[in-house]
Amino acid sequence: MADTYHRKLERSAIGLVIAIIAAASVGGIVEIAPLFTIDETVEQAPDMRVYTPLELAGRNIYVREGCYACHSQMIRTLRDEVERYGPFSLAVESQYDRPMLWGSKRTGPDLARVGGKYSDFWHVAHLTNPRDVVPESNMPAYRWLARTTLKTDDLPQHLAAQRALGVPYTEEMVENAARDAYGQATPDTDFAAGVTERYGDKTQVSAFDGVTTHVTEMDALVAYLQVLGRLTGAAFEGTAAPEEKPDPEG
Amino acid sequence: MIANLTSSERQQAFVLAVGVVLAGGAMTILGRSDTLGVHGAIVMLFAGVVLYLIMSSFYDPEPVEDRESSYYDDPIKAGIVLSMAWAVFGMFMGVWVAAQLAWPDLAFDAAWSSFGRLRPTHTTGVIFGFGGNALIATSFHVVQRTSRARLAGQVSPWFVLLGYNLFCVLAVSGYLLGVTQSKEYAEAEWYADLWLVIVWVTYFVLYLRTIARRKEPHIYVANWYFMAFILVVAILHIVNNLALPVSWGHAKSYTIWPGVQDAMVQWWYGHNAVAFFLTAGFLGMLYYYLPVRAQRPIFSYRLSILSFWGITFFYMWAGSHHLHYTALPHWVQTLGMTFSVMLLVPSWASAGNALLTLNGAWHRVRDDATLRFMMAAAVFYGLSTFEGSFMAIRPVNSLSHYTDWTVGHVHAGALGWVALITFGSLYTLVPALWKRERMYSAALIEVHFWLAIAGTLIYVFAMWNSGIIQGLMWRTYTEDGALAYSFVDSLVAMYPYYIARAFGGLLFLIGAIVGCYNIWMTVRAVPVAAARAADVPVTPVAVPGE
Repeated sequence: MADTYHRKLERSAIGLVIAIIAAASVGGIVEIAPLFTIDETVEQAPDMRVYTPLELAGRNIYVREGCYACHSQMIRTLRDEVERYGPFSLAVESQYDRPMLWGSKRTGPDLARVGGKYSDFWHVAHLTNPRDVVPESNMPAYRWLARTTLKTDDLPQHLAAQRALGVPYTEEMVENAARDAYGQATPDTDFAAGVTERYGDKTQVSAFDGVTTHVTEMDALVAYLQVLGRLTGAAFEGTAAPEEKPDPEG
Repeated sequence: MIANLTSSERQQAFVLAVGVVLAGGAMTILGRSDTLGVHGAIVMLFAGVVLYLIMSSFYDPEPVEDRESSYYDDPIKAGIVLSMAWAVFGMFMGVWVAAQLAWPDLAFDAAWSSFGRLRPTHTTGVIFGFGGNALIATSFHVVQRTSRARLAGQVSPWFVLLGYNLFCVLAVSGYLLGVTQSKEYAEAEWYADLWLVIVWVTYFVLYLRTIARRKEPHIYVANWYFMAFILVVAILHIVNNLALPVSWGHAKSYTIWPGVQDAMVQWWYGHNAVAFFLTAGFLGMLYYYLPVRAQRPIFSYRLSILSFWGITFFYMWAGSHHLHYTALPHWVQTLGMTFSVMLLVPSWASAGNALLTLNGAWHRVRDDATLRFMMAAAVFYGLSTFEGSFMAIRPVNSLSHYTDWTVGHVHAGALGWVALITFGSLYTLVPALWKRERMYSAALIEVHFWLAIAGTLIYVFAMWNSGIIQGLMWRTYTEDGALAYSFVDSLVAMYPYYIARAFGGLLFLIGAIVGCYNIWMTVRAVPVAAARAADVPVTPVAVPGE
């Protein structure tokens, strides 16, 4: 019976096309559409801030260099992961992440909460040559980041594109994006004050790579690594370690 | 290439090539202060070479014979050559990145050669370069033979093949330049993605129009799979790559999907790229070349129907098993796990159907390495689909996820299934297409077979060991209730396996190079005098009664 029915179907190219589209569409629609309509999918985190322009530029370097191929940013709800890396990751923590960088492989450790765990100096030394600080490491060396000046002139366009997609950057943040990127990496200039004014007092303003004469890609990447897991304290609510909770609003 | 086109078709090809050169020019100007400009120059160069080829024989004599009385095989031949070239490139990149994990200084302190940039050149090179070109070439061959009709276009098959390779070139060169979306197996940026949509729609229309010309009442099962491959990959590609460019002059874009939704969309895409690119398309190959080579009909028509619709329906639910224990809602994880387990039924129906087709032809499997390639592919397909369903079960996944076990699983499928079925199909196809009696050397096919099997087994066993050791070390506690190993401890334990894996990959690469040589020598050989005269489409002239 089914055979005869199928023998009819396979005589029609259009019939097959329609049947394939119908069969293949169901799974995606059922699994993806509700993620936008069920409110519990993404938790509420009123204290959450957006990435500063320097951190966003650092994130784009992380994407460009394919760091996600070896480092996850997703602590699973398993005891050993929580004890190794910190509270398990919440959906809200990546609500502004386009693309998400949860990763699929840990050739190196998870980085979801690496922010604040090491000094800027450690990160710079590690990125310059990982084997100088971790002799067993097989991570590539990223020496050229410190030699490469960060491109900041188009950062307003980057923030504007993010805003168009729904990330809550204000008009002021977009306009000052290039200045804020410079300011966050040069603590003793007038530009630095604008960063904390717009992104909160706890935003880390630092000479990340130790050189304040110009902003490099190393500055941006370290700024990004130092904010990982620190955009909101939501994941620390009700955990055993509330004292470690980051306070993004200051 | 050009000799078989009429002058109006040459004009069409000319206009298309000029159009692409102009598009490349626009990219160069708009993106002059960005990597987009470099890509504009690459587009202009690529289309410029095609334009030169068209112009250099633009005024040659037009074809005189009735083209409808022969199959259109030129684009297939080019597709096979491109596929093998990408195979060597992609597998070489694989060996290189594998070696970098054991010896990190093999990046030579340059930006373009660091692991993170090279890794997608390997995945794109083998999946889309090697696999994609093989799929386009074999689908053009299978659809013509099973429909007994010539391809429904003269210029469009070339547009599909060359346009697709332009996409691959843009993708791979982009990663080296630092242009990437970071979406796994969909790293190419927005303009390359848009271009692929144009190419893919042309492919679909060409395929459908060719099927519409068929002289057979039924559409053969291999074509169902090729159609599912073309259609669903289009849907996946478009949805996953929806993005907003920073500006028309930027290569960089931001995806429209945020955070958790992006995770779901990416793995819905990622897993179904496995399903419809690396499974459905290659099952299309298997359903044609395996029975042809074994000279046995497919074992069961009903199993074919069951497995086809099972794969088409179930696979699309399975992607969320990549996100167990993450911030993705639990109900979606559970759905993904459930459907992944159910997937075993249609997967084994396909593998079983293939192996049972060999009943009565096992002496050929013993004697003919080409058929043995396809038999081994079906076995690996069965093994890796079982492993996949197993790893999708939540508690198993808690151990395997983030480890090399996943990498081993992928390569059991990619080397053992996809690459072996492709080599078996190409060794069947090449002599038929170039009208040779057989491949240049049966002994070299044997050599290739055993190199490929040895390479795959070494690779997969190394990754099983490293993955399971790594997963266990991460969750081992001391008697005092503290974690027993630091992350670095688990990394140190990986080094021997990373070296073994690179060696396994090297064997597989050498096998592919042997295959290239064998194919090249077959093409160079003198054609058999009595060409396979029967290998022509059914035409109104040939069948006067129709």
